[in-house]
Order: sequence, then structure tokens, then C-alpha cells
Amino acid sequence: MSGAFPTHAALGRQPYWDWRAASNFMLGGSGAGVLVYAAVCGERVLGLLGAALIGAGLLCVWFEIGRPWRALNAYRHSATSWMSREATVAPLLFASALGAAWLDSPALRWLAAALAIAYVYCQARMLNAGRGIPAWRNPRSVPLLVASGLAEGAGLGVLAGGFWGLMAPPLWPMVLLTALLSARALAFWSYRRALPKMAVPGRALRELSRFGRVSGAVDVLAIAVAILATADPRIAPLVAASAVIAAGSGWILKYSLVIRWSYEQPYAVPVTVARGGQVAPGTRPEG
Amino acid sequence: MTRYVMVVDLRRCIGCQTCTAACKVANGTPPGVQWRRVLDLETGSYPDVRRTFLPVSCMHCGNPPCLAACPTGATFKHEDGRVGIRYDLCIGCAYCATACPYHQRFRVTRQSFAYGSEPTPEEAYKFDSARLGVSSKCTFCSDRIDLARHTGRVPGVDPEVTPACVNSCIAGALHFGDRDDPTSNVSRLLEQNRHFRMHEELGTDPGVYYLYAEGDRT
Repeated sequence: MSGAFPTHAALGRQPYWDWRAASNFMLGGSGAGVLVYAAVCGERVLGLLGAALIGAGLLCVWFEIGRPWRALNAYRHSATSWMSREATVAPLLFASALGAAWLDSPALRWLAAALAIAYVYCQARMLNAGRGIPAWRNPRSVPLLVASGLAEGAGLGVLAGGFWGLMAPPLWPMVLLTALLSARALAFWSYRRALPKMAVPGRALRELSRFGRVSGAVDVLAIAVAILATADPRIAPLVAASAVIAAGSGWILKYSLVIRWSYEQPYAVPVTVARGGQVAPGTRPEG
Repeated sequence: MTRYVMVVDLRRCIGCQTCTAACKVANGTPPGVQWRRVLDLETGSYPDVRRTFLPVSCMHCGNPPCLAACPTGATFKHEDGRVGIRYDLCIGCAYCATACPYHQRFRVTRQSFAYGSEPTPEEAYKFDSARLGVSSKCTFCSDRIDLARHTGRVPGVDPEVTPACVNSCIAGALHFGDRDDPTSNVSRLLEQNRHFRMHEELGTDPGVYYLYAEGDRT
């Protein structure tokens, strides 16, 4: 019965969004986090890095869409589409980040930070609206993506500050990073707890479970290192390690969410028809 | 009001895929794209094994997740419940494909043919460059439904204005019509048979009903 296109109900990962789409979530979230970190730290130039990361993420998506020269059509449906809303926030964010760096204006920095939070929230809701993917439509993916973006941004902010010598990491940026890492770990724990209600296919659950075990250990390590670095921010390797883990583990998390755990909603029938017209229990092929 | 729906009688479907072939011919979909197909589900264990043929297509939902997701407004709803796509607006982001819990969105970015690098005469005739790089799906054969408005003929009753899959079904398993018309064929079938809709719990209000037994409603 099977032809070129399968007639069985097995489904796999969604085939449309690849590393380019994942990059938008990774770079966009991190960029938004950097902008927030720049506002909190009163850093003039760092916001440009955040805007550049967001721009790079959008560029990745531009290379993925089927009709890139129509990209401006993405502004047409902000009434309901979180992708439209993301696209709407982006230019405002770029303008305010550029203005903040140009004029060294704290007000514009905070405006850019507010828009960055709106941007990462739009991204989180965008993924959550992908209702064909049970791992995405888990409502707790929203706080997870927001917390991860802010933690990644803080990590990159700490790294960039140390690398450029723009800012010796004082105590409280490390406290901020520690808090955000803890928030992300909590959000991921909460996300995983809600998964059984989402009819997530078994393969995704098993992968998530394996990832969760490693990620739990990494989170504990990252938080422990960050606390140690908080105790003495002058110990550069500790600061750098916590910052790298904050950004790197967030990217791995998002890549996994967008690509690896993106198993499609299985077909399901609540009843089947047995021989002779009798009704029999239904089926939900795992895929 | 009018709400066009499809009714699938699971007791009648024999999994012959004639509807699949009819859809491909009528709509000229490229290899790998099937706006309609029939799933072959095996359940149970020996000796109590069942085989279910499950025709699937776009569900033309009353509350379509693809429509809310679409950033361009390319996805739209007709007043009669059909969900359509304006190919000239679509940017091919495939967001709708991830939003659809029925896997009924397709995107192809390059032209391909069933037999090698050259199109068959049929493929050449049906090729539509507007569908490259954008999202596509079952339209309930919209050109035929639109024709009904001008001719006064009745979709689901008159073959000229009925989706190709329904016309082609050799087992009488597929039915099409207006659910809001209590005298329509689909309304009678739904009244007289127990039925379900797939993934109703997601709040999509799908427009494809599956009949599975005689009796009142669900």
C-alpha cells in the first residue's frame, strides 16, 4: 500500500524549520538578553552587540523562507501572528539601541531593554503557537525561552565586558547572572513537568528525559560556578566559565527544542471500526 | 450561513487511494506532496488485529491555528468555512506548517517531476510557478465550490461543484456538503451516525467528520 509518500501514520520531526530558524531563537534571545544586561549595567556600547545578534538571527530566517523578497509581507498580520509582532518590534528595537549608543542615553537604553523583553517574549509565544508540535505548545515553554534568553544575554554581557575591558565584572552583574541561571533551571524543570499533559510523542519525551539529566547537572554546575564567581568576581576563569555555560547551554537548549524535540502531533482516532461494524478502541500511533 | 464540511465513513473506506490520485490529478501537486491521502493504521495484537483506513486532508478548521500563525494574512477563511491561501502574499516561512496539528501544509521550493527531469504533459499543463516556495494545502477544490455560486448547483450533490476526491471515491466513503443546512447529505449523515473529529481537544473545530457507527451523534 505504501507509495512514494507514506500511508502509515508515523511522523517525525517537523521538516521545515532547520538550523536557520533555530539560530533566530538562539541569537535573537541572546541579543535581547544582552540589551537588557546593557541597560541594567549602564553600558553604552554593549547594546549594539545585542542588536547585531538579533539582526543576525533575522538574517538567518530570511535565508530560510521560501520567498525572501516578499519578507516585508510579514508585517501584515500583527493582529494575531506572533511572527508579525516579532517583526514589528525589531526595527523599533534597532532604532532605540542605536540611539542609546549614539547619544549615551539611559532612557533609550531602558527603552531598548523593554523592547528586547517584548522581542524575546514574541519569540517565545511564536514557538508556543506552533500547535502542531506538542513540545512547543507547552505553555511553560514561554517562561523557559524568556528566562533562557535573558540568562544567555547576561552571560554574553559578562564575557564581552571582560573581553573588551569595558567593565571589570563587579559583584552585582554576577549576582544577576546567578539569578537568571537559577530562573532558567527552574523554568526548564517546570516545562518538563508539564510535558505529560501535552501528548508529546514518546521519542521526544525520551530525548527530553536524557537531555534533562545532563542539563540538570550542567545547571547545578553553572549555578555553583556563578556563586563562586559572585564570591570573588576577580577570579576571571570562574566568571568566564559561568558566562560561557550560561550562553552555551541556552543555545543547546533552544536548538534542541526547535529541531530535536520537534516531533509532530501524532494522528489519533478515538475509536476504530472492527469487522462486522463493531466499535473497537482507538489508536494513537507514536510516530 | 454555510459551513462546508467533509464527512468520511470509516466503515466504507477500503484504502484504495483513488481519492489520493484524483486529488493529485485535479490539483497538479508535485511528487512528495499529497493534499489528501489515506493512512493505513494497524492496531491490536494477534489474533485481535484491526486495520483502519483513515483519509486525511486539511480539516478546514473553524478555528484554524494556521490562520492565527500566518504573519502575512496569506491564509484566510472563506465565509463558508473553507480555509484558503493567497499564494501571492505567502512568504514561505512554513510557520503555518508547524501550527497545523494535522500536518496538512506543504512547501516545495523547486520544481520536480514524477518521471525524471522532464515534466509529463499533464505536469507541464498543471504546473503553477506561484506555488513554488510558498505554503500549499487542500482547498476543498475551491475552484469548483466557487463555480457553484455562479451556476446555482449544489456542492456535494452535483459532481461539477464537488471536490475531486469525493467524486472519485469508489466506496461512497467521502461526502461533502453544508453542515448548516439541515437537509443536506452531510447533516443527515451526522444526524444518523456516531462520529468524531480528530484532535477536537485542541479547539480547532475541524471541518472533517469521521463516521464510525450507526446511532445518534457522538
